[in-house]
Amino acid sequence: MKYLLNVTTLRYSSEKCAGCGRCLEVCPRGVFEMRDKRATITNTDLCMECGACAKNCDFGALSVNAGVGCAAAIITGLLTGSEPSCGCSDGDSGSCC
Amino acid sequence: MQTLKFVKKEVPYYCAGEISTPVGKVFRVSSDWSRADYWGMIKSRVGAFRMNYAVAPGLYAVGEPTKDSDIFVSANYKLSFDILRHELKGLNAWVLVLDTKSINVWCAAGKGTFSTNELISRMAAVKLDIVVTHRRIIVPQLGAVGVNAAEVQKKTGFRVFFGPVQAKDIPSYVKAGYKKTKDMSTIRFPIMDRIILTPMEINPAMKKFPWFAGAVLILFGLQPSGILFKSAWSGGMPFLALGLNSVLAGAFLTPVLLPFVPFRSFAIKGWIIGLLSMSAVAPLFGPAVRGEVLLLVASWLFFPAMSSYMALQFTGSTTFTGMSGVKKELKIGIPLYLSVAGISLVLLMIYKIREWGIL
Repeated sequence: MKYLLNVTTLRYSSEKCAGCGRCLEVCPRGVFEMRDKRATITNTDLCMECGACAKNCDFGALSVNAGVGCAAAIITGLLTGSEPSCGCSDGDSGSCC
Repeated sequence: MQTLKFVKKEVPYYCAGEISTPVGKVFRVSSDWSRADYWGMIKSRVGAFRMNYAVAPGLYAVGEPTKDSDIFVSANYKLSFDILRHELKGLNAWVLVLDTKSINVWCAAGKGTFSTNELISRMAAVKLDIVVTHRRIIVPQLGAVGVNAAEVQKKTGFRVFFGPVQAKDIPSYVKAGYKKTKDMSTIRFPIMDRIILTPMEINPAMKKFPWFAGAVLILFGLQPSGILFKSAWSGGMPFLALGLNSVLAGAFLTPVLLPFVPFRSFAIKGWIIGLLSMSAVAPLFGPAVRGEVLLLVASWLFFPAMSSYMALQFTGSTTFTGMSGVKKELKIGIPLYLSVAGISLVLLMIYKIREWGIL
């Protein structure tokens, strides 16, 4: 299943890639592939901005504005002026996770 | 002085004995689920019970682990821990449970409790470097959102392997020499998973439903002579039924039918299903809804929009929606929902005014 097209904030600079393969190991959406000892992006629209790849890229080749793709969290974030985050542990209101 | 009383460390019911290690005794957990484990799973799937469904953080043993056995990291949400120990059946392994405030691995990693720091300090607290002689630790792949492997290696000497997304793939992952197939590292969202998650959409919605019901009954019962129970019921009942129908369409039908409903936007998916299911049930209420053009327009505007909003809430349960996409949907959706609600209310008020014969 794929979500909206052309919205992801995932950015990749292949010249910084050292070919370690960590991004392939952590991406749960199969966004990356190894070609010629470097990672390549097969389909950016598969990305759900979880942030695992950027967190584990030691060469600064990946960046993404990571966050939760959860309407309830984003609405709460808008209302309280804070960053969207899962409300699961803050009472029984959170529907996510 | 109660504090002086010495409390013996109680053995949790899911533990089966202890095992000796160079750093002391470690609880051994069973790979089989008891009735209490199954019952806990059901309760944690439907409601607030999940908030405190925890195991104590620390080191546990599965089977007869030695200094060469693998270490699997987990969250202290009991369901996460239960699934892991169940899938480790037949293996000899260590399980290191992090303190994630009883939240599952993925959500905790997103929230920052399943983190690099928590992992490093928990490894130190259980003296992992003495318990085992090798230097590899297997972290669930979805924990990678919160764990920087390089930093863990730098500070502890342990090399982090991000294991499969699903615990059930662990035995084949280990057998393959800690290699994942693409299938093992990809998260899916099959129909059973979608169904399992719907109670967490339906329950919060149903908690708010009495407010909607109250408002509808008062609106229809309100007559120049006071609130009449009879007109409240006869006039309001069809709308209560349509309200329930729209909750079901948005919070149950849309998630279940997700890949089969056209369009990528959850708001549009929910609106379509809301419209279709309303078309299916509306004829049952006959003239009560159809008799009045104002009510007719208001309900066809309002109820599919309500389903659409409910469907949008399901983005929090999916495994493929990103923040930028949901923000985009909300930016367009929220003004639309508010306008639809406003217009419906105005139409209802005009209807009431005409009913009372004021105009």
